[in-house]
Amino acid sequence: MTAARDVIRASTLLRSVVLVLVVGLVLLVLSDQMSAYRDLQLATGAYYFCVLAGLTVLAGSSGQISLGHGALMAVGAYTVGKLANAGWALVPELAAAAAVTLIIGIPVGLACSRLRGPYLAGATLAFAVGLPALADRFPTAFGGENGLTINPPTPPASLGVNFPLERWQAWIACIGALVVVFVFYNLGRSGVGRALRAVRDDEIAASLAGLRVGRWHTLAFTLSAAAAGLGGGLLAVVTGTVAPGAFPIQLSLTLLAGVVIGGLGSLMGAVWGAALLVLLPNWTNDLASSFSLSTNVAHNLPLAIYGLVLIGAMLAWPSGIQGGFRAIGRWAGPTIASSFGRGRGKTTTVVAGEPSTEAPAAASVAIPPAPEAGAKTPSES
Amino acid sequence: MLTIEELTTDYGPIRAVDHVSLEVPEGSVTAVLGANGAGKTSLLRTITGLVRPTSGRVAVEGEEITRWAVEEIVRFGIAHVPEGRGVIAELTVEENLRLGGLWRGREAMPLREVYELFPRLEERAGQPASRLSGGERQMLSIGRALVGRPRALLLDEPSLGLAPVLVAQIMSLVRRLADTLGLAVLLVEQNARSALSIANRGIVLNLGRVVAEQDPDKLIADAQLLHAYLGF
Amino acid sequence: MTKFIDLTLSGISSGAIYAAVALALVLIWRSTRIVNFAQGAMLMFTTFIASAVIDSGGSYVLGFAVALASGFVLGAIVERVVIRPVENAPPLNAVILTLGLYTLIVAIAGMIWGNTPRSFPAAFSLRGYTVGGTTFLFTPNDTFIVLVVIVVAAALAFLFRATSLGLRMRGAAFAPEVARLLGVRVGRMLTLGWALAALVGSLAGLLVAPSVFVGPNNFDPILIIGFVAAVLGGLDSPPGAVIGGLVLGLALSYVSGYEGSALVPLAALVILIIVLMIRPTGLFAATRERRV
Repeated sequence: MTAARDVIRASTLLRSVVLVLVVGLVLLVLSDQMSAYRDLQLATGAYYFCVLAGLTVLAGSSGQISLGHGALMAVGAYTVGKLANAGWALVPELAAAAAVTLIIGIPVGLACSRLRGPYLAGATLAFAVGLPALADRFPTAFGGENGLTINPPTPPASLGVNFPLERWQAWIACIGALVVVFVFYNLGRSGVGRALRAVRDDEIAASLAGLRVGRWHTLAFTLSAAAAGLGGGLLAVVTGTVAPGAFPIQLSLTLLAGVVIGGLGSLMGAVWGAALLVLLPNWTNDLASSFSLSTNVAHNLPLAIYGLVLIGAMLAWPSGIQGGFRAIGRWAGPTIASSFGRGRGKTTTVVAGEPSTEAPAAASVAIPPAPEAGAKTPSES
Repeated sequence: MLTIEELTTDYGPIRAVDHVSLEVPEGSVTAVLGANGAGKTSLLRTITGLVRPTSGRVAVEGEEITRWAVEEIVRFGIAHVPEGRGVIAELTVEENLRLGGLWRGREAMPLREVYELFPRLEERAGQPASRLSGGERQMLSIGRALVGRPRALLLDEPSLGLAPVLVAQIMSLVRRLADTLGLAVLLVEQNARSALSIANRGIVLNLGRVVAEQDPDKLIADAQLLHAYLGF
Repeated sequence: MTKFIDLTLSGISSGAIYAAVALALVLIWRSTRIVNFAQGAMLMFTTFIASAVIDSGGSYVLGFAVALASGFVLGAIVERVVIRPVENAPPLNAVILTLGLYTLIVAIAGMIWGNTPRSFPAAFSLRGYTVGGTTFLFTPNDTFIVLVVIVVAAALAFLFRATSLGLRMRGAAFAPEVARLLGVRVGRMLTLGWALAALVGSLAGLLVAPSVFVGPNNFDPILIIGFVAAVLGGLDSPPGAVIGGLVLGLALSYVSGYEGSALVPLAALVILIIVLMIRPTGLFAATRERRV
């Protein structure tokens, strides 16, 4: 038994397989026990997780932020929409969604790889607003304002006649999510992951060490785009419609909040974020009805909370939930949770420098989590 | 006039200033010497409030200024010419000078007087400060500090990167300022000889601690001390 | 031919508004090295306040004045309370923070005033000038817009170049630590910078409101285009912001006229990428990037 455990510990690949199988089994059992509504929530959480995982890998591993992943989800969703209506089967159309978004992610990633901080945020924001507008520009191809509708996927006959649609959708979405976990977990532990972290921590040092910083940024972006595309494709499968109205700026900002609260750079954090994004609207609705709040308030409450989360996290808790856990549980040893989050890093913006003022009391670092009380080297003479 | 008592500053686990006490009387020059990393700059930055001390006191004529904001300390009469001169490159020479005296309002030193001290600056008054040479920048930053009519003047390595002739000029200027304006001058230097040549008192720092406090002539004469702490 | 003239004139008018937003962004960038992604939301909020004042019987002038004043106050409060803690943090923190602020303000506006866009009166007539027999798409209101922005830009230029306050603000922006050593109350200067920027932003909101209607998300494109204009001109350069706004206004007007308005955000994105690839510090860069 110990021999088996040692083997599993030693090999990342084996470990990830075991992880995926175990989690998959748990989800299988859960989905069986839950009502149709809960299954739908599980499915929603799963496709959110795909996007959040991509976003958190982007942020945590290469220090880039993207506000355009809502638009990338749209790419994946529209791909599935078009292919489903052309008769493609489920797995190929989802794979195509990831592939198409990955391909679109290459030029976007290339452009973004040279941008930093606010420039990157602004460019991806413009992308988030600009891309969905294409659906209005070419209404015949993309269905215009009303978008495309997709027939829901039918469960295979082998599962029985009365197999609930929602549970099947949940299974599909969860399998997609597990694929994402598998890929990113292995990537994180590989040479690719190390290179990405090196780029994140100190671009200048990394490039001096021979890493082509631009290429790694592009790679990170492209991978995260593929994950977002898969998430979007799953969204199409689960909700059955694809319309531009489903991908407003708010979506990208909501995704950002999910990633920040979960903890930038950690896959486990993406789970927390996805759970929040699914459950929060329910909670706020319940809150609104129990306090008899107006529809205006109820409707905007989740967004307000996301805004507060983003603000609060940056002011008080830059490392998010996962960072908090990591800080508490540091004695627990390395966990599967942090495949990307290790190390001390910061994004560097290379602009005509301001002289830095005195060492701030809380040396808050956005990426990655777990700020350490570091001694800032004083300017000595 | 300027009293520092048991001042201690830590950057995280590193103790940069270790229970330093010293007095800077009016109209005098106190030289603070030491090798790189000895804590000289940290000492000045703590006095002017750019860095918060862990413990200890700083007082000006008895009034404690230890945890005041930087701007308030400066407005109380402590001028600090920082390491690297701190010339604002995007502003013109004249704008740099004016900026130094804005808080004083009408009682600031008129630019005319500054230009008398530093004719070179008048020649370059309208030019961006980025165009100045090292020596001119030093003059600008000292002139800028004087516009506010301070009571104490803290100088951080004014000789850095300057030719010996310029260094001598600046040192003699500093001495003159102390004598004519009655300034309490705290002069931080690695260039020990030139600093000691104009100082009333010499203090040597090592690892943040005061290791010697002497009349300048005795310091210069104590070859062993000089070699150990100052490297010559 | 008339179409081209119309597009050019409307490009100038919208360009003036983009210039104002860009100016606000540049003011904040110069003072605190932060891109205020919440600028659009802030100006939306103050425009809603003006709308509320006018709806409850106040005159246009009163609503205008209240919007500007509340913008000034809002900017000051935001800087002092929310932004101050991240001014020395890594830039990403400020980006996420302002995005969160944007989200929050939009949500609060929705809670107070609902998500249905409402109309907003224009200051002057919206009937186009007639020259010869042709009526152009340029209205007295457009003249007002352009004039106001020019006056504001000139006033800011005067403030910064010719007054002691402006000198202090510039000193605090270029070299905050050194400025503190010169007795400048840098914190106050930063707050003032944000307050002024928010005031300029509020102005832009009032000017553009009649054409976009007032709703929580109606001003989003203005922010994005204003950002592109600011980058185009150079984030460090107020005159660059004005020129960038005008250039962008013209360019996007032509795109909208000849290709359709849906492509405008994408066109702005393309221009942004081109600028960032070729000349990242903008056309009128005052400072250069540090190369290692």
